[in-house]
Amino acid sequence: MGNIIVIIFGAIFINNFVLSRFLGLCPYFGVSKKVETSIGMGMAVTFVMTMASLVTWLLEWFVLVPNNLQYLRTIVFILVIAALVQFVEIVMRKVAPALYEALGIFLPLITTNCAVLGVAILNIQIGYNLFEALVFAVAAAAGFTLALVILAGIRERLELAFISRHFRGVALSLIIAGILSIAFMGFQGMM
Amino acid sequence: MSVMKDLSRGIIRDNAVFRLVLGLCPTLAVTGTAENGLGMGLSATAVLVCSNLVVAALRNVIPNKIRIPCFIVIIATFVTMVDMLLNAFLPALHAQLGIFVPLIVVNCVILGRAEAFASRNPVLNSAADGIGIGLGFTLALTTLGAVRELLSKGTIFHANILGSGYQPFQVFGFPPGAFIALGLMLALFNMLSRKFRLE
Repeated sequence: MGNIIVIIFGAIFINNFVLSRFLGLCPYFGVSKKVETSIGMGMAVTFVMTMASLVTWLLEWFVLVPNNLQYLRTIVFILVIAALVQFVEIVMRKVAPALYEALGIFLPLITTNCAVLGVAILNIQIGYNLFEALVFAVAAAAGFTLALVILAGIRERLELAFISRHFRGVALSLIIAGILSIAFMGFQGMM
Repeated sequence: MSVMKDLSRGIIRDNAVFRLVLGLCPTLAVTGTAENGLGMGLSATAVLVCSNLVVAALRNVIPNKIRIPCFIVIIATFVTMVDMLLNAFLPALHAQLGIFVPLIVVNCVILGRAEAFASRNPVLNSAADGIGIGLGFTLALTTLGAVRELLSKGTIFHANILGSGYQPFQVFGFPPGAFIALGLMLALFNMLSRKFRLE
């Protein structure tokens, strides 16, 4: 049980996927203009990451390893993720069209969100069992959502501030992320 | 003539990192030192050139509706090859880059070039475009790596630059320093490109 708690805290705070592992940065800077959109994005990523972890873990241990095909891992995993994202897109267009409109281009781009492929590969490299892998995926996605919502909140306030024109846009967001990352480094002392 | 144009455009004018702000994950993650930045940049360039070549050669064969999965399979094939080659010939670099070698497959620069350029241009131009964009990406990663290495260790490519009395700016070796260094460099690039009217 203690092991599970370590995985959860580790993935959310200590090795936050965005701020310390540098995974999923494109959507992080792309959809962090509004808190509402960022929560929707976080939910979509959570769902895709959990499903992807489940499917890729099963594929790795029941198909690739018994047949000595581990070298196909990258190709197989990315195809599974692409199919999953397509599926989520279709479901979301039917169930939540407003959210679908808001996420726009970033929904298909979850395919190229390295956080999703990253969590699938890390699950295998660290050697988690299925339950640990699923916990890790949910916690990592929660960490991603947390970092995304914090940045979106800060950027909403910055709308009204005067910013030097060279820093407008991604440049300032990067520096804010750097400061957030320093704050998250403080959690390293917890373990 | 246009081949030269395709080649040179990606290096500064359409620089993937500084101008288009793509491919941020490897840019920030592996640029603790100039050497790692260079290694990552060249690996990505190799994949980019090969995938651009194949995508351009097959552009009239690949059905439009499933083109993205096709591109991804092509890219993933070359990434697997680069992964194995690095593991065999440069194991130290492979260990340093870690998970970011297989993650080249989801580098938006590569898929972006396949979709925006290679799928509608001839083979030679696409290869030139791949080389140009790849060199621009390598340049950006190496520069960022050099700046971070200089500030955090006082060295560039392991050569001591600032002397032994230098008090290292440790934070630039850690994740926060990556964000801050790239943020400042982007602002500098914005300023310079306004000054020299690149847009």
